[in-house]
Amino acid sequence: MKFSEQWLRDWVSPALSTQALADQITMAGLEVDAVDPVAASFSGVVVAQVVAKAPHPDADKLNVCQVDDGSGERVQVVCGAPNVAEGQRVAFARVGAVLPGDFKIKKAKLRGVESRGMICSASELGLEEETSEGILELPTDAPVGEGFRDFMGLDDHTIEVDLTPNRGDCLSLKGLAREVGVLNRLAVEGPALTAVAPVHDESFPVRVEDGERCPRYLGRLIKGVDVTAETPLWMVERLRRSGIRAIDPVVDVTNYVMLELGQPLHAFDRANLHGSVIVRLAREGERLVLLDGQEITLEAETLVIADERGPLAIAGVMGGEHSGVNAETRDIFLESAFFSPLAVAGQGRRYGLHTDASHRFERGVDPALAREAAERATALLLQITGGEPGPLTEVASDAHLPGARQAILRAARLEQALGKALPDDEVAEILERLGLGVTATGEGWTVQVPTWRFDIAIEEDLIEEVARIHGYNRLPVRRPQLRLALRPADEAHTPLGLLRRQMVARGYQEAVTYSFVAPELQQALHPEAVSPALANPISSDLSVMRASLFPGLVRALTHNLNRQQSRVRLFETGLVFRGELDHLHQLPMLGALVCGPREPEGWSGDKAAVDFFDLKGDLESLFALGEPEAWRFEPGEHPALHPGQCARILHRGEEAGWIGTLHPAVRAKLGLKVDALLFEVRLDALTQGRVPAFTPLSRHPEVRRDLAFLVDAELPVQSLLDTIRGQAGEWLVDSHLFDVYQGKGVPEGRKSVALGLTWQHPSRTLNDEEINQLVDAIVAESHQHLGAELRS
Amino acid sequence: MDHLPTLVAEARDAIHAADSLAALDELRVRYLGKKGEITALLKGLGKLPAEERPAAGERINQAKQALSQELDERRQALEKAALEARLAAERLDVTLPGRGQPSGGLHPVTLTLERIEALFTRIGYDVAVGPEIEDDYHNFEALNIPAHHPARGMADTFYFDATRLLRTHTSPVQVRTMKEAEPPIRIVCPGRVYRSDSDLTHTPMFHQVEGLLVDEDVSFADLKGTIQDFLHAFFERDDLSVRFRPSYFPFTEPSAEVDIECVMCAGEGCRVCSHSGWLEVMGCGMVHPEVFRHSGIDTERYTGFAFGMGAERLAMLRYGVNDLRLFFDNDLRFLRQFA
Repeated sequence: MKFSEQWLRDWVSPALSTQALADQITMAGLEVDAVDPVAASFSGVVVAQVVAKAPHPDADKLNVCQVDDGSGERVQVVCGAPNVAEGQRVAFARVGAVLPGDFKIKKAKLRGVESRGMICSASELGLEEETSEGILELPTDAPVGEGFRDFMGLDDHTIEVDLTPNRGDCLSLKGLAREVGVLNRLAVEGPALTAVAPVHDESFPVRVEDGERCPRYLGRLIKGVDVTAETPLWMVERLRRSGIRAIDPVVDVTNYVMLELGQPLHAFDRANLHGSVIVRLAREGERLVLLDGQEITLEAETLVIADERGPLAIAGVMGGEHSGVNAETRDIFLESAFFSPLAVAGQGRRYGLHTDASHRFERGVDPALAREAAERATALLLQITGGEPGPLTEVASDAHLPGARQAILRAARLEQALGKALPDDEVAEILERLGLGVTATGEGWTVQVPTWRFDIAIEEDLIEEVARIHGYNRLPVRRPQLRLALRPADEAHTPLGLLRRQMVARGYQEAVTYSFVAPELQQALHPEAVSPALANPISSDLSVMRASLFPGLVRALTHNLNRQQSRVRLFETGLVFRGELDHLHQLPMLGALVCGPREPEGWSGDKAAVDFFDLKGDLESLFALGEPEAWRFEPGEHPALHPGQCARILHRGEEAGWIGTLHPAVRAKLGLKVDALLFEVRLDALTQGRVPAFTPLSRHPEVRRDLAFLVDAELPVQSLLDTIRGQAGEWLVDSHLFDVYQGKGVPEGRKSVALGLTWQHPSRTLNDEEINQLVDAIVAESHQHLGAELRS
Repeated sequence: MDHLPTLVAEARDAIHAADSLAALDELRVRYLGKKGEITALLKGLGKLPAEERPAAGERINQAKQALSQELDERRQALEKAALEARLAAERLDVTLPGRGQPSGGLHPVTLTLERIEALFTRIGYDVAVGPEIEDDYHNFEALNIPAHHPARGMADTFYFDATRLLRTHTSPVQVRTMKEAEPPIRIVCPGRVYRSDSDLTHTPMFHQVEGLLVDEDVSFADLKGTIQDFLHAFFERDDLSVRFRPSYFPFTEPSAEVDIECVMCAGEGCRVCSHSGWLEVMGCGMVHPEVFRHSGIDTERYTGFAFGMGAERLAMLRYGVNDLRLFFDNDLRFLRQFA
């Protein structure tokens, strides 16, 4: 809501500077977004009269004017505006004037004729954004010689407040003035309002079919208006300073009254109304051409103003093109109604409309205001357009008008809520100034809520009002008290922070990517993935929920590769979304992507590209923070990953993730020129750790045996390890691979796998015979099940 | 006997000329060994007349001691030289960089979220999280935002269908917690939230931390104290001006926006604070009784406060980041600055 400071000061004028006033309003909860001067700065412009006008001898479109600027001397000016006329009062920039944009007015010769000054248009004075078509015409009673800024009251500011949706009551000068009055303990006085006496008794019939949505509807016929009349400059200026363009006097008056009092009004052309005005719900499929020219198809929940031929306007939102006032209009039907907030809420949005009227009705317009506003608008119209008013007719449904509301405020509750006791008379004064009817009771106050405050219903609302006006920053500051109760802490849980830091220690940067991704990218990586799609995405690139962390990581990789960052190590944690909405899993995952050399380019060491086992080692370092034995890898197939370099990750036997090299075909499809490796694993599994359990240290010697087997080249080493561990007995304390070899000395299709096995008994020394038996069992079992041969 | 001085002189020259420990060892054997030349002289003492023996013995012993000492000194000198040579040979350029995988770093949003969580968990709050695809009830209804409420226009919501949506705030986590837990409740809820808005100062996804405290006799004064302490701690400035401005959220009453003195210009007025000297950083208020009613909490017995803040906004102010969109580009040149 934008308004003119001077207009507000006509209602209530505290002794505060503009900025102090703006700050005060802000601190009362009506946030001031901007304070701007209403006109750019200029000087040397006065009100003047064109006393004579003659055509320029050498130019068709120019006139040579004699101007009386109050200085006593006639001034000759060449003017090119088509609307300049003798007798006109105008804004005249004298020689020496400086106009907006630092434009200095000097003596000049135009096609040989001397010109001493300039007759200004509204845009030349910065009063209009678009270039004006002609000079600004001032009222005929404008005092010649007076400074133009003073005459126009241009030393004023437009104040823009960003009102929260609960404060519909402040969407008018009247409402804002009320607040300013309360804050400064000043009386507030608006323009005198008197009922206009009808000069005929003709009215237009109104039938309200939906009294719940439209509890009050006032109408008045005004005959013989002159829509070609000029809207007075003061009104045009006030509208302009409130961000509204003048259009024609009827529309201008309805807008003016809406700004002044907060009541949206609508004027119909009587000639286009047929039978009677009917307030009803639209019928599905009815069509209406709106004021802005757009044709819409109405839905059944929309309240409309109709006549016997069909809908004329969306109630409380926007009028129709065919029933509106136009240049030929003679008689108008003025509407001033109360539509319930729920009747209007959402209706504008349904058709992509947001209007000053719908904005107000959605938030609640004072139901008691309609009559006052209709009278005010009539009076203004009669002043400007003339005409003959008929009686103001009203259709009201008392049952549906908002009833009287009471709320109770207990002094003890107020003190508890604010942490401070306020004096009773201060509380009562605040509430009374806000327009609430206050009755003191033994415990506190009973409050009658005024019709314009839709936001006050319960005790807490009253507490807020008192706190707000008293001033939040004058309320005490305290720290909550709490009992020092220890809470359980699960030691077997590996915190997410630790996992993140482990990734950081392994050289990864943490990424945060959008949870919605491009469907094509997800499709390329997970052709079978099902994840919810947004009904109203911000762009198609961000339209389906990610089914894995891969799309986001791949996109981040591309971003970096395109910026000469060729060594990329990224990880991310977050939810992925799998399944249809009704069977949705929102799973926390940890994912990583690596690309480029294993180590940054340096003077020493490794220049090799990162490979599968680097990434796997990083992942295993996460397992080590929890329960390493719970995890296994098995060869698997994943559409995004290289079939020969891809593993399904199992946690306690359940699939918990994938690791592998990006499939070369997928890579090509995504336009990536380099290899990338990825993993993704369930966070709920990673965070499952265990509490350490001590095993006594043996004082007896270890026995180590190294065994080398020849096995089928295709055999996963894991199965050999499993078989060996199965036969190695309970005293095996360590087993590890120390060599895997294929090539010279090993038959084609076979590989050599060498392991070191270590045994130790907790309470005695193991003898060779025991170990030999175990080794024999290992060799026999490996041979039988896996075709492994011991290398000699 | 007369050739003793010559022998000693010869031996001395040989010791001084020895250039290795091995050569030195040979000389020790040659002169002082069991069959060495000096040892032989000692052995030959018996052949001398008895009255000459003491003097001759003393002379030979002196010569032996002198040579022994010369041998030791030479050995030490050689050892010292050898060590020095080795140390010189093993000299490294210690200014060369170290080897191995350099560390990465956490995302600035994570740093900020962790910092906020730490400040609150230290004084007894728990961290609570919840789903990001939510339903209308938890995101709106239970927070006193019925359908068609004008406040729904405050947050442009991403929908999947008529009732399911991406949460627009982390408040649904508060709703879920209040339904399950009994007061006292003290939680902070960090997480991703989504609003259908994308321009210079908005991204369709961002992070929030919301807090909730429900107990007996919780007042607006407690809220002010908590927020003020938090902002002082977060920015590590006890003199940072904090102000509370009445505002409106459907789920709190009274409600407030919290402004801090602009940390960029110290309240002087700059581009970041739109020349107002103040920055809006948080929203807060006393939990609306309607919200308690949805969660089955007795509104006469308990009161509470809630607050919420945007992590990116705080990260930008804390670390001086000037473009919100950088947070989600994942440009390594950006991310590395927070390692």
